[in-house]
Amino acid sequence: MTSTNDTSYDAVMSRRTEIMKKAVGIDYEEFIVEGIAFDYEKMMKEVGYSIDEVRQIQSETCVGNTPLVELKNINRLIRKLAPKGKGARIFLKDEAANPSGSFKDRRAAVSVYRAKEFGYEGVIAATSGNYGAAVASQAAKRGLKCIIVQECYDSHWRGQPEILEKGRACEAYGAEVVQLTVGPELFYYTLLLLEQTGYFNASLYSPYAIAGIETLGYEIALQMKELTGKEPDAVIVTHAGGGLITGTARGLKKAGAIGTKIIGASVDLRGLHMASDEDFNKKYFTTGHTGFGIPFAVFPDRSDVPKNAARPLRYMDRYVLVTQGEVFYVTEMLAQLEGLQRGPAGNTSLTAAIALALEMDEDQTIVVNETEYTGAGKLPSAQLTFAKQMGMVVKRGDSIKEDVPGKVIAIPQHPSQIGVIEFPVEDMKKSYLKELIKREGVRQFSDAEMQFLQEDLHASGEEIVKWMSEIKEVLK
Amino acid sequence: MSTNLAKKGDWVQVQMNILSPEERAQYLPEDTKKVPLQMRVKGFLVDEIASLGATVRIKTTTDRILSGILIDINPKYTHNFGEPIPELMKVGIELREFLAGDEK
Repeated sequence: MTSTNDTSYDAVMSRRTEIMKKAVGIDYEEFIVEGIAFDYEKMMKEVGYSIDEVRQIQSETCVGNTPLVELKNINRLIRKLAPKGKGARIFLKDEAANPSGSFKDRRAAVSVYRAKEFGYEGVIAATSGNYGAAVASQAAKRGLKCIIVQECYDSHWRGQPEILEKGRACEAYGAEVVQLTVGPELFYYTLLLLEQTGYFNASLYSPYAIAGIETLGYEIALQMKELTGKEPDAVIVTHAGGGLITGTARGLKKAGAIGTKIIGASVDLRGLHMASDEDFNKKYFTTGHTGFGIPFAVFPDRSDVPKNAARPLRYMDRYVLVTQGEVFYVTEMLAQLEGLQRGPAGNTSLTAAIALALEMDEDQTIVVNETEYTGAGKLPSAQLTFAKQMGMVVKRGDSIKEDVPGKVIAIPQHPSQIGVIEFPVEDMKKSYLKELIKREGVRQFSDAEMQFLQEDLHASGEEIVKWMSEIKEVLK
Repeated sequence: MSTNLAKKGDWVQVQMNILSPEERAQYLPEDTKKVPLQMRVKGFLVDEIASLGATVRIKTTTDRILSGILIDINPKYTHNFGEPIPELMKVGIELREFLAGDEK
């Protein structure tokens, strides 16, 4: 092990396993079966909490039990657009009602509780998103110190307005906010901070964080049964790192809603590089987009913990993309037809829900599982003003046809233009295997590893063998 | 009254280089590889007095002592609500008209 005095990039990265073990309090080795196989359910069970315990922990800090409301005016609009007999009803889970304004409070509540229980003096989270404010808020409540590490600026010190707002929110709760320029070395600096402070790593991807989201799915199942007499036919989840979809799906199953389809939705930002200094400020959504959604689904363990508890391909039945222009349009729709001014993230799944409601039967229901707070930096007006400053073309048009990430944002001219771009889940499962084979080399996988892959990809052994042989052909 | 001088205990912002271009991670896009990884942090000035551009020490809200170049004194939040967006201005009106068509 290199000396802790050596703070160079390579030295700190070489100490990552030791730093992580100390900072998360989990020995991930315990769950390894063999090779790439690990016992996911054992990990979730042994270090997580039961759903009742999580609900108790969350109720102590005012987290959860958020309202679920039918979007009656939007549903009326859908009925006007839908063919006869079609037009499912949309319900919205108003997660903005959580203390710091998003579902991330559920995740942070359990992480910070655990940190306190373990006796850590403080918590650190690497996040440019709402999770920062959530951790800062929970840390304030539990009396822990807090550092949030953000990727915030390009090399010209142009800050993404939404990330600047999230930094402000963190500071409002008393956190120290470390703001970095673009680059994946944010992980390096976070490791260094964890080592130097001895604080807890309140990772977005620990079993605690995912256990915290299960209550969201659980509440949806109970509330829908009360409101409509049955489980929802579909839950649409804005998909980024995979935690929201994983936790929501697990919670729904725990409440007995096993027939509910789990659909992921992301903003289409394909073609923009996540680590590019120039591309950084060509994105007007800071999360819930393909830049996170695809890579985290096809290789979940790229995260800041050795084994990611967010494993979206286990749960995702369908994956759809929407454009930036559509989401801005639907954000406006939610404010003006439903009187709900909410932030961008949940509106990604709401956009997809409107498109999907049109193809579903009129007696079916869809739940959009989150909203978030909004305001300075987050509003469409803030993001589109910034987009124009960065040279984007903003116009009215058919978004699906005319939106070009990094160049054109087309706002629909009519609600009938709201649609989705299908992204086959099977393609992501194949990409998962391709990445795996690239990392591991072409080799025979053991029975235990094949069993693990079947669970991690929610696929049959035959499917996996077939996909693998296709990939090996291509890689030859 | 604005001043370029900060005194001990003032709330300030500092900037520092974390990794020079040569020290950065191996696999980066070309545009990112040619610039340093930099950081901005706020805290209370530890030094007695300092002017903008000087290298100073700060104490952050988690009591960390950091050294960096002083870039701002009592830094304000600069993000805002943005300008009215002409391309969005009529969306609400259009949608309400579309719904009202129901009742006609």
